[in-house]
Amino acid sequence: MSVYVLRRLLQSLLVLVAMSVIVFIGVYAVGDPVEILISPDADQLERERAIQALGLDRPLWEQYLVFVQRALQGDLGRSFVFNEPALRLILQKMPATLELAFGAMVIAILVGLPLGLYAGLRPESPGARLIMAGSILGFSLPTFWVGLMLIMVFAVQLGWLPSTGRGETAALFGLHWSFLTANGLSHLLMPAINLALFKISLVIRLTRSGVRETMLMDYVKFARAKGLSPARVTFVHVFKNILIPVVTVVGLELGSTIAFSVVTESVFAWPGMGKLIIDSINALDRPVIVAYLMIIVLMFIVINLVVDILYSVLDPRVRLEGSR
Amino acid sequence: MEVTLEVRDLRTHFFTRAGVVKAVDGVSFTVRRGEVLGLVGESGSGKSVTGFSLIGLVDPPGRVVSGRILFQGRDLAALPEAEMRRLRGNRIAMIFQDPMMTLNPVLRVDTQMIETVLAHEKVSRAEARARARDALGMVGIPSPEERLRAYPHQFSGGMRQRVAIAIALLHRPDLIIADEPTTALDVTIQGQILAEVQKLAATTGTALIWITHDLSVVAGLADAIAVMYAGRIVEQGPVGEVLDAPLHPYTAGLIGSVPSRNRRGAPLRQIPGMTPSLLHLPPGCAFRARCARASEACLEAPALRPLAPGREVRCVHPLLEEAQA
Ligand SMILES: Nc1ncnc2c1ncn2[C@@H]1O[C@H](COP(=O)(O)OP(=O)(O)OP(=O)(O)O)[C@@H](O)[C@H]1O
Ligand code: SF4
Ligand SMILES: [Mg+2]
Repeated sequence: MSVYVLRRLLQSLLVLVAMSVIVFIGVYAVGDPVEILISPDADQLERERAIQALGLDRPLWEQYLVFVQRALQGDLGRSFVFNEPALRLILQKMPATLELAFGAMVIAILVGLPLGLYAGLRPESPGARLIMAGSILGFSLPTFWVGLMLIMVFAVQLGWLPSTGRGETAALFGLHWSFLTANGLSHLLMPAINLALFKISLVIRLTRSGVRETMLMDYVKFARAKGLSPARVTFVHVFKNILIPVVTVVGLELGSTIAFSVVTESVFAWPGMGKLIIDSINALDRPVIVAYLMIIVLMFIVINLVVDILYSVLDPRVRLEGSR
Repeated sequence: MEVTLEVRDLRTHFFTRAGVVKAVDGVSFTVRRGEVLGLVGESGSGKSVTGFSLIGLVDPPGRVVSGRILFQGRDLAALPEAEMRRLRGNRIAMIFQDPMMTLNPVLRVDTQMIETVLAHEKVSRAEARARARDALGMVGIPSPEERLRAYPHQFSGGMRQRVAIAIALLHRPDLIIADEPTTALDVTIQGQILAEVQKLAATTGTALIWITHDLSVVAGLADAIAVMYAGRIVEQGPVGEVLDAPLHPYTAGLIGSVPSRNRRGAPLRQIPGMTPSLLHLPPGCAFRARCARASEACLEAPALRPLAPGREVRCVHPLLEEAQA
């Protein structure tokens, strides 16, 4: 087990290095780093000082080392707009996005798993057909449109839920979270549902096909031949097996949920990383964009790693092969 | 001897989009206490579907459409599912063909054994565990206490099949349906398992239906044999008599296609032609297209009829005629 984890850690490190090279080349080699990293408002003197500080007169490999060194110290440039380190700016917005993404994932699992299970167990029933038709809607309706609809119905017409911002927050681990207060939760609910919509459909389809596939396996028939109750067959024999693909995909989706919460954050004016990156793109605040890219890469790598480890916990075959 | 199972005119059909597949079409046989019935036939002849019909596990679009399955006098075909479940794994156990697929890969062996005990008896977990351990020991698995904590993939194919057999034995069933349980195993292990199962049937009085297409297994293990072809039994009787002097041309063909020591060097005789599609069975005898003895008379479907004491055959021109002529 620990050998397996160690090997995966090393692999992750390699990916991170590769990605840093790509981002470096994208920013320093392909584009004009002076354009990208130095504020267009800077005067000539400032520019020259910055060029020297960035080492742009030195060979490329040396520049890369400097870039890595600075990145390791958490220095990915300063925002032109806020005149603050880009990294700190993004990290400040991270809790908002994280709780939105996690909220969406929790909703997707709580809603998607039971519906998918039902649709898989009774594929011919009217309920299952309704669920599957609904999941197609979840896949095909554009997120921003659903978001606007939600706002129109629940915020404007019914007035049940607030439509913008994070509401009240409470501190935990020195960070501010909405889900800790009732008011914050009411703010979180609608954007989280909006972001969850696509994932719900995904979880439904994944669960349903997993159930249908697993139900045909000999070991399920054997479990029934042992005289087990239908509940035990479904919730132990079938469920434990479909959990493996579902956890894998849901885990991997977490990265993209965080990365692409952009639309939902914009619609609901949710002050997270997604909204920041849209604002930064509009303002051509390039250091923030670079920092955002690096953070997203890092996050994907960490998530993949965690999913892999989780996968090995769930599937004894992977676990034991790794320990050999 | 006491009759454990009496099957009368069992019909199990699959209602597919292409039409009705009559996988089992009027099967009747009897198994007594402690008796081993060998159910043989080519692939697709309906052996597995027969087995699943007996324990009520035919999956849609299949369904037992008619017939009676009298188990210790009770008709299983008419039994509500809840009561059927009480018998399954308890009084009637089944062992499947592929040992690599019968155990759930993500559950430990002890979980899969203990749940079987607890499904039918109110005993403590510790007691259930002890029973599981004893059952593993009984089928010849070394250090059963440790092996209980293992996952299926840590066992070889032969060991997995022993685990499946141990699970089948947990409640000392009155009937075991073994669906080609040794086909996937190598010959030595097959021999060991056969010997153990035979011993068990003899000592506990368990009746056994052994499904296989391997006649040599049947010869060594079974008391009676039933030969299936296209969803019907074409010949049945005591195993020695049927194998020595088959009455049905298909049985004779099966025996002729088995390599044997006496005929070493002689080319194996294959049954010509292919198993007919169950969707488009021609009228009359289903074996007609492949039968050397076929005549006009065979266009009328022959019935299963007794020809000698304890022997039945479904053929217009049984091989008996020659012997008499
Ligand atoms: N789900 C199904 N849908 C349609 N037809 C089926 C289904 N299951 C089985 N059959 C039909 O039932 C027939 C008998 O199948 P069965 O599995 O009983 O054969 P078998 O004698 O056990 O063969 P084998 O030796 O290959 O295991 C087959 O011809 C098959 O076409
Ligand atoms: S009934 Fe006719 S065709 Fe069928 S097996 Fe007998 S002889 Fe052959
Ligand atoms: Mg079969």
